[in-house]
Amino acid sequence: MSDSKEKSKKPKRPKPGTIPRTPMPEQDPVARGKNFDEVPLGYTPEQAKKEADRCLECKKPACVKGCPVNVNIAKFIGLVRQEKFAEAARAVKETNALPAVCGRVCPQETQCEEKCILGKKFEPVAIGRLERFVADYERENDLVELPEKAPACGRRVAIVGSGPAGLTVAGDLVLLGYEVTVFEAFHKPGGVLMYGIPEFRLPKDIVEKEVNYIERLGVELDMNQVVGKSITVDELFGEEGYDAVFVGVGAGLPVFLGLEGEDLGGVYSASEYLTRSNLMKAYRFPEYDTPVVDGKQVTVIGGGNVAMDSARVALRLGAESVTIVYRRSRDELPARGEEIHHAEQEGIIFKLLTNPVGFDGDERGMVRAMRCIRMELGEPDDSGRRRPVPVPDSEFSIETDLAILAIGSGANPLLTKSTPGLNLNRWGYIDCDGRGRSNRPGLWAGGDIVTGSATVIEAMGAGRIAARDIHEYLSANGEGSWREDSE
Amino acid sequence: MPRIVRKRELVPKIHELVVEAPRVAAKALPGHFVIVMADEPGERIPLTVADFDRAAGTITLVLMVVGTSSDKLSRMAEGDDLYALIGPLGRESEIEDVGTAVMVAGGVGTAPIFPIARGMREFGNGVISIQGARSKELLFWDEKLAAVSDTHIITTDDGSAGRKALVTEPLVELLQADAENKDTPKQIGCVYAIGPAVMMRACAEATRPFGVKTVVSLNTIMVDGTGMCGGCRVQVGDETLFTCVDGPEFDGHLVDWSPVLARQKVYCQQEKCSLDRYVEERGQA
Ligand SMILES: Cc1cc2nc3c(=O)[nH]c(=O)nc-3n(C[C@H](O)[C@H](O)[C@H](O)COP(=O)(O)OP(=O)(O)OC[C@H]3O[C@@H](n4cnc5c(N)ncnc54)[C@H](O)[C@@H]3O)c2cc1C
Ligand SMILES: Cc1cc2nc3c(=O)[nH]c(=O)nc-3n(C[C@H](O)[C@H](O)[C@H](O)COP(=O)(O)OP(=O)(O)OC[C@H]3O[C@@H](n4cnc5c(N)ncnc54)[C@H](O)[C@@H]3O)c2cc1C
Ligand code: SF4
Ligand code: SF4
Ligand code: FES
Repeated sequence: MSDSKEKSKKPKRPKPGTIPRTPMPEQDPVARGKNFDEVPLGYTPEQAKKEADRCLECKKPACVKGCPVNVNIAKFIGLVRQEKFAEAARAVKETNALPAVCGRVCPQETQCEEKCILGKKFEPVAIGRLERFVADYERENDLVELPEKAPACGRRVAIVGSGPAGLTVAGDLVLLGYEVTVFEAFHKPGGVLMYGIPEFRLPKDIVEKEVNYIERLGVELDMNQVVGKSITVDELFGEEGYDAVFVGVGAGLPVFLGLEGEDLGGVYSASEYLTRSNLMKAYRFPEYDTPVVDGKQVTVIGGGNVAMDSARVALRLGAESVTIVYRRSRDELPARGEEIHHAEQEGIIFKLLTNPVGFDGDERGMVRAMRCIRMELGEPDDSGRRRPVPVPDSEFSIETDLAILAIGSGANPLLTKSTPGLNLNRWGYIDCDGRGRSNRPGLWAGGDIVTGSATVIEAMGAGRIAARDIHEYLSANGEGSWREDSE
Repeated sequence: MPRIVRKRELVPKIHELVVEAPRVAAKALPGHFVIVMADEPGERIPLTVADFDRAAGTITLVLMVVGTSSDKLSRMAEGDDLYALIGPLGRESEIEDVGTAVMVAGGVGTAPIFPIARGMREFGNGVISIQGARSKELLFWDEKLAAVSDTHIITTDDGSAGRKALVTEPLVELLQADAENKDTPKQIGCVYAIGPAVMMRACAEATRPFGVKTVVSLNTIMVDGTGMCGGCRVQVGDETLFTCVDGPEFDGHLVDWSPVLARQKVYCQQEKCSLDRYVEERGQA
C-alpha cells in the first residue's frame, strides 16, 4: 500500500470552480439515531483525490493563517493529489500531533476553511475532511512511523491534564529529549476527547490510538492522579524534582442556573450526562455498570457543541423527542455548522428565543416539566450580539423527564486553589502571557484553563507555543527575567 | 496498581480491605475518601479512607455490599489489583478544640467515624461514641472505636447488644444532661453523625434544639469526585455545594435533606437491573 513513485509528477489541475465540493458520505439520519457509530463515514481515496484537485495550492495560502497550529495545508493537499497519502499525513503531523481528531472536530468553517481563497467565489476546499482522510489512511494501513527523537537532555517536565493541550506539550517535548510525565485525574487519557465528545463524532478507539502514539514516543502517563489532591504542583517542583510544570486541566466546572427545581432527579449538567455516557459508557449499560437516566421527553438547554452532543446522545439512548432550548436566535447558535445540521437531520427540535425559569418535579423527586419564558432580541451586548430579553407574560411549560444544562463551563478551582501564589484572572482562569508563562517561574499553562472553553486545536496551539518556550527557557538554564509584566 | 493486600469479612455483607496506595496513605486525613473502580466496565464509587498506615503505604476501606459495584469489589481477592483508586478526595474533618465530641455512627458509618474520633481524641478532646447497628451480628470495629473513646455506647434495634434503642436516644440524653448542668460550662462542643441519610437527618433534628454544632457526612452519588460534574450537588443553607470538593462533611442543621434522599434513589430501576444481570452472570442467586 506504499505510495507509488511514478505518480510524483503532479497531475493537471481542473479549472477552479468546475468541480463541486465533494460531499461526505454519511450514515442515514434515521438509522444513525439508534446507534453510536460514527456519522460521517470518511472519504474514499478517489473522493479524497477529487477534493484535493480543487485546491489551488496557493503560493501564499490564506487557509494556513486560519489554522491555530498553521498546518501546512497546501503541502499536504498537494501530496494527496499525488496519492502520497501517508506522506501527506506526515506533513500534517509536522505541526499537528492529532490530525485524526482535528479533521473530525475542528470548526473548520470559522478556521482554515473560512480563509480558503477558493471559498471567496466557490465553496472552500474540504480541508478538515482531507486531514481526517490522510490520518485515517496512515493509521488503518499501519503506516505510522515514529519520528526521530533528540538525545535525552536530562530535564524532566510534568504535565497536568491529558487533554489536547497537555498531550501536545508532552509530544513536542519528548521529541526534544525531555523526560515527560502526564498526570491525569481520570482513569483514561484524552480529556474532553474522551469524556465529552461522543463516540459517534469521535470514536474512542481513535483517541486511544492517538494517545498511544504519544506514549510510544516515550511519554509516561500517570493516571488517577488528581493534582492538588493526590499530589500538589509544589510537590512536583519539590520532592518530585521536575524542572518545569505545564498545567492543561481544561475548563471543568459545570455551570448551573440556580433555578427552582434544579436539584430534581433527571436534571444534569452536560458534563455529568456526557461523562456518564461517554467515559463511563452508560450507553452500554448494563454491560458497563454506570447508569444514566434514559429520558423519553428530553430537553437540552444551550446552543453550543456541548448542547448538540447532549441532544444527540439522548436521542441515541432512546428518547422519543429531544428539544434544544436556546435563548437567542438560530444565527447565534455557537455550535459548529455541521453539528447543527446533523442535529436537525436527526430530528432534534429547536426551541429558539426561549429560556428556562424553573423545573417541576413529581412525587419521587424526578423532573416532570420545565417552565420557560419566551425571549426577544434587544440591544447589542458586550459581545456585540443582540441581548435576549424576556417577553412579559410569555411563560409556558414543556413536559420533560430529562433535562440537561449545557450552558457553558467555568474554571475548576481544585488545582489553582492548591497552588499558592498563582495569579488568576477575575473568572478564575490562570493568568498567562503570550508564551503560556504564569506568574510563577517554571509554571506554564494553556488550553481551556487559560482561555475558558475554546476548541481542541486552540488548546493544541497553546500547547505548542508553551512547549517551544519551555524548551527555550530550560535550554538557557532559566536565565533572563521570567515575565516582564509580573515581576 | 492499587493491590488488595488484606481482606476479610467483618460481619455479613461488610468487608474490610487493606489496599496498597502509598501516595494516598501519605496524605490521607480523617474525612477523606477515595474513588475506586473494580474493573474497566466498573462504576466509580466513593469509599471513605477508614484508616491509613503511612509507614506501610496502605489504606483501609470498609465496604458494605448494597449493589453491583460494592458486590463486585467484595468478591475481589487478596493480591488482586483494583482497576483504579483516586484520592485522597474531599475536605478533611475540622479537628479542633471542642471540649467533648459526641461521635454517632450508624451501620457502616462506624468506619468513617473511627478516624475522626481518633483525631479528636489525639487533639485532646473528650470523645463519647454512640455506635448503632440493627443487631449484634452486624457490629464491627466496636473495640477499635471503644479504644479511641472515653465512653462507648452501643445501641441495637433488637437489643441483642448494648441498649435496645435508636442512636438518637442516648444522644439526646447526653445533650440534655449537658444542658441541665448549669453550673459548669457546656462540655459537648460538637456532634458528628455518620450513617444512612435518614439517621443523619434524625440526629441533626435531635441536636437542633440544643444548638450544638452537628456535622454529617453526605453519601451522595458521585462520578468524578473532583468538582467536575455537579452530580453530587447539595443545598446547604442558601448555597449549592458539591459534596466531593466542598464536603463530604457539612453542617447537618443547614442541609436540605429531601433532595439528598431523593437523589440517592434516581437510579433505583437501573441499579436493580444491573444487579439482576450481575447475579445471573455469576450463575447464582
Ligand atoms: C461536549 C464537548 C464538545 C466539544 N466539541 C468540540 C468540537 O467539536 N470541536 C472543538 O474544537 N472543540 C470542542 N470542544 C471544546 C474542546 O474539547 C476543548 O476546548 C478542549 O478539549 C480543551 O483542551 P484542554 O487540553 O485545555 O482541556 P481538556 O480537554 O478539558 O482536558 C483537561 C484534562 O485535565 C484533567 N484534569 C483536570 N483537573 C485535573 C487535575 N487537578 N489533576 C490532573 N488532571 C486534571 C481532566 O480530567 C482532563 O482530562 C468541546 C467540548 C465539549 C465539552
Ligand atoms: C463520600 C462518600 C463516602 C462513602 N464511604 C463509604 C464507605 O466507607 N463504605 C461504604 O460501604 N459505602 C460508602 N459510601 C457509599 C458507597 O459509595 C455506595 O454504597 C456505593 O456507591 C454503592 O454502589 P453499588 O453499585 O454497590 O450500589 P447501587 O446498586 O449503585 O446502589 C445502592 C444504593 O447505594 C447508593 N449509591 C449508589 N451509587 C452511589 C455512589 N456513586 N455514591 C454514593 N452512593 C451511591 C444509592 O443510594 C443506592 O440506593 C460512601 C459514599 C460517599 C459519597
Ligand atoms: S488542524 Fe483544524 S484548523 Fe488546522 S487545518 Fe486542520 S482542520 Fe483546519
Ligand atoms: S487557500 Fe484554499 S485553495 Fe489555497 S491552498 Fe489553502 S485550501 Fe488550497
Ligand atoms: S462527583 Fe462530580 S462534582 Fe462531585
